[in-house]
Amino acid sequence: MMLSYVVRRLLQSLLVLLGVSVIVFGLLHLTGDPTRLLLPLEAREEDVQQLRALLGLDAPLWVQYLRFLSRAVRGDFGLSFKHQVPAVTLIAQTLPATLQLTAAGLGLALVVAIPAGILAALRRNSLLDAICSVGVLMGQAMPVYWLGLLLILVFAVGLGWFPAAGRDGLASLVLPATCLGAFSMARIARMARSGMLEVLAQDYVRTARAAGLRAFVVTYKYALKNAAIPLVTIIGLEFGILLGGAVITETIFAWPGVGRLAVDAIFSRDYPLVQAIVAVLATLFVLINLLVDLIYTHLDPRIVYVRQAR
Amino acid sequence: MPSTMTPLLQVERLETQFPTGPGLVRAVDGVSFAIARGEVLGLVGESGCGKSVTALSIMGLVPAPGRVAAGRILLGGENLLAKDAEAMRRVRGARIAMVFQEPMTALNPVFSIGDQIASAVRAHDGGSRRAAWARAVEMLDRVQVPSPQERARAYPHQLSGGLRQRAMIALALAAGPELLIADEPTTALDVTIQAQILDLLRHLQAERGMAVLMITHDLGVVAEICHRVAVIYAGRIVELAPVTSIFARPLHPYTRGLLRCLPHPSRFGQPLVSIDGIPPDLRQNGAGCRFAPRCPHAIATCQTHEPGLEEREPGHLVACPVTS
Amino acid sequence: MTAPAASSAIVLPAIPSAAARRRPSFRAIFGITVLLLMTGTAVLAPWIAPWDPGRQMLLKRLRPPAWQARGMIEHPLGTDHLGRDILSRILYGGRISLAVGVSSVMLSACIGVTLGLLAGFFGGRADAIIMRVVDVFLAIPYILLAMGVVFALGPSLLNVILVMGLTRWVQFARIVRADVLSIREREFVSGARARGNRSLRLLLRHVLPNALTPIIVVATLELAFMIIYESALSFLGLGVQPPTPTWGWMLSDGRNYIAIAWWLATFPGLAIMLTVLAVNLLGDWLRDTLDPRLQV
Repeated sequence: MMLSYVVRRLLQSLLVLLGVSVIVFGLLHLTGDPTRLLLPLEAREEDVQQLRALLGLDAPLWVQYLRFLSRAVRGDFGLSFKHQVPAVTLIAQTLPATLQLTAAGLGLALVVAIPAGILAALRRNSLLDAICSVGVLMGQAMPVYWLGLLLILVFAVGLGWFPAAGRDGLASLVLPATCLGAFSMARIARMARSGMLEVLAQDYVRTARAAGLRAFVVTYKYALKNAAIPLVTIIGLEFGILLGGAVITETIFAWPGVGRLAVDAIFSRDYPLVQAIVAVLATLFVLINLLVDLIYTHLDPRIVYVRQAR
Repeated sequence: MPSTMTPLLQVERLETQFPTGPGLVRAVDGVSFAIARGEVLGLVGESGCGKSVTALSIMGLVPAPGRVAAGRILLGGENLLAKDAEAMRRVRGARIAMVFQEPMTALNPVFSIGDQIASAVRAHDGGSRRAAWARAVEMLDRVQVPSPQERARAYPHQLSGGLRQRAMIALALAAGPELLIADEPTTALDVTIQAQILDLLRHLQAERGMAVLMITHDLGVVAEICHRVAVIYAGRIVELAPVTSIFARPLHPYTRGLLRCLPHPSRFGQPLVSIDGIPPDLRQNGAGCRFAPRCPHAIATCQTHEPGLEEREPGHLVACPVTS
Repeated sequence: MTAPAASSAIVLPAIPSAAARRRPSFRAIFGITVLLLMTGTAVLAPWIAPWDPGRQMLLKRLRPPAWQARGMIEHPLGTDHLGRDILSRILYGGRISLAVGVSSVMLSACIGVTLGLLAGFFGGRADAIIMRVVDVFLAIPYILLAMGVVFALGPSLLNVILVMGLTRWVQFARIVRADVLSIREREFVSGARARGNRSLRLLLRHVLPNALTPIIVVATLELAFMIIYESALSFLGLGVQPPTPTWGWMLSDGRNYIAIAWWLATFPGLAIMLTVLAVNLLGDWLRDTLDPRLQV
């Protein structure tokens, strides 16, 4: 029963990855003639033809796609035009930096937002709740890069506490992680609060109190477990969103991660690299979601049965 | 059998109110009654008359923004309303327990029932996890759940409605309370299961000498299990009597109306009777008897003068000066 | 043997509900006011902006806002590195942001709602396929996708709108599908079917009006997202190109001068934040009044 669910989710994920590969492949062929994109404008006709033959662009589209797919599955996305090394190597070099940043950002967001959201729910309509609400509103409205610039302005230029750019020890992680985490913080706090409020309004909380359980136990043992479950899914999704947000953050803070590599690659028309990056990030995202889904199923005993009934 | 000593629970002129936007809802408006040790008191009325709020007021679980505005609730002589939060917590479960109507939502879906019962045990008696679990299993056995050892590990959604309700009863009784408040415990179950649960309650009550406040809108339940009955209308008690008297000689027009509404084989073929009018808006704080607008016996003073409960016969109280 | 139920039971309020308040809350009023202000100024920009946003007055480069030393009253928010008036540029930039935002939302709404309706109503294979496509779009970091596409097609106003519309439709599709699925279960749709309506008419006449509520709420929230999204693209140099001023581009410029001229980057960012905040507040208020149960 549980196993069939796992298998089904795995298949779904594979399908999604397949779809992603189509899009990634399609990126290059959007304008119809990728050679125009890959070569400088003044290229001679022979060069164009040569490149076309070299890249196998004269074959029918579906053949090209299959070739692409077979190579991609093995991790071969070709050489980066600009750096002349395999695209995957570049990604392997820069991915740790991005993961570090994303993990730090998410970690920071969780540590701040979850307690804040839960406390705001427990002390509804208090000052804390109001501050939380305002914080959430602002956090959701603030563009990531603006926050980044402000942070640099205040903490790096103004106060000089942290470096403004580069990856150089723990201090340099603080500003970019805060910048990246801020947006998530707002969303997570909001979800934590509303989730907790919803749970606290449930009948079973009343039953627990009627049985004389201590308030502490009711909140932290009972209600929390119920509220935690949807939160887990959100955390998984957030990780994916943060991976996307890392692109901008890394650009502002000159953080040597995959995001900055991607921006750089796009501007230098380094399409194999762009393809590779999108593919890798998308795969990561899908895997994370799969993992989150499975954890969710494990935590909530009802889910498997609900799915079975469908 | 009910004892003749001082009552276990005494509710005196209880008033519980909910401030809403448009006005103040007086859900419980001067309710008084007493329950003796080992006695089963039924609290009967239609939906929205204040039965559940009375129960929640006794438990100290009135949801915000509602609050108990006046009155006293004496448990063995101590006023529960004067207790602080921690003291009240110790009362709940250990001295007064409550069983709710909808066992599916009233049990936590992510914990096994054994876990939940064990938590209730530990909340009052402390002790090790193992001991609490053993006690949970024992309680499940007492409420006649088959294979209690295995069933204790089950989650609420894995059990049938009847078993869930038994689990809830086990949870309520785990800490050995003197008074059990049962808020419509059988309403959500099918008829055959209803009968089983009532049997169980009767059995447990007799076995432990426990007092029960049985809240229901079902007169059948009342007849089966209660020693005395209190009829509540629009937040006020209108009649209070031993169960046999209520059925044989109902005195309040509302009670009479209720009994007349019951379909009876002797009246087969005749149209069903109902009580004219609708229940009052609990925000209006008019003077006078609240049932007056619907009462066939109402006289002028009924509109202006609120009747108090008077003892018309020994043990039989009515809040109506008109009927006899 | 039961007592008769009351013909109209009085329901006691269990949990106080903020949604029961009729008057819009302070937040909502604030949001709507700000939004009207922003929209108004954006639309009226050509008439109310003190300066031509593209006009370079090099002698007055990098002037701080009027309340600081060296500030000039005729440039209330200062000037940028080419001597252009910041206030005017912000006013004009608003036009782009709002125009792009509204158009992209409409585009993504059209696509998303249609697909959501189809998925929800026909179910089965169509549903499965559409939902997988949704998953695919969700899996790819939107910014990379947008960047890649815009770069391939060339940065321009139209392309930006297209890209944003084509990547964000998923939000609409999901919410519409969920709503359609729940409405499908209800009696009156079965009733209509029993009378022999064709399925498309059924869809449009019965299902759509009910699904309208979440669509409106999502549209508002998406608008906020689009504004940020558009300025992100501009910031990276891939949005609408100069000389048209956009908030994102101004931020990008400001980045270079952050140490010496903080106002270059701060005011456009503030403009974005206020607009997005206002839209979010509006969206929240709409959701609270139209359907408090909505889990968006």
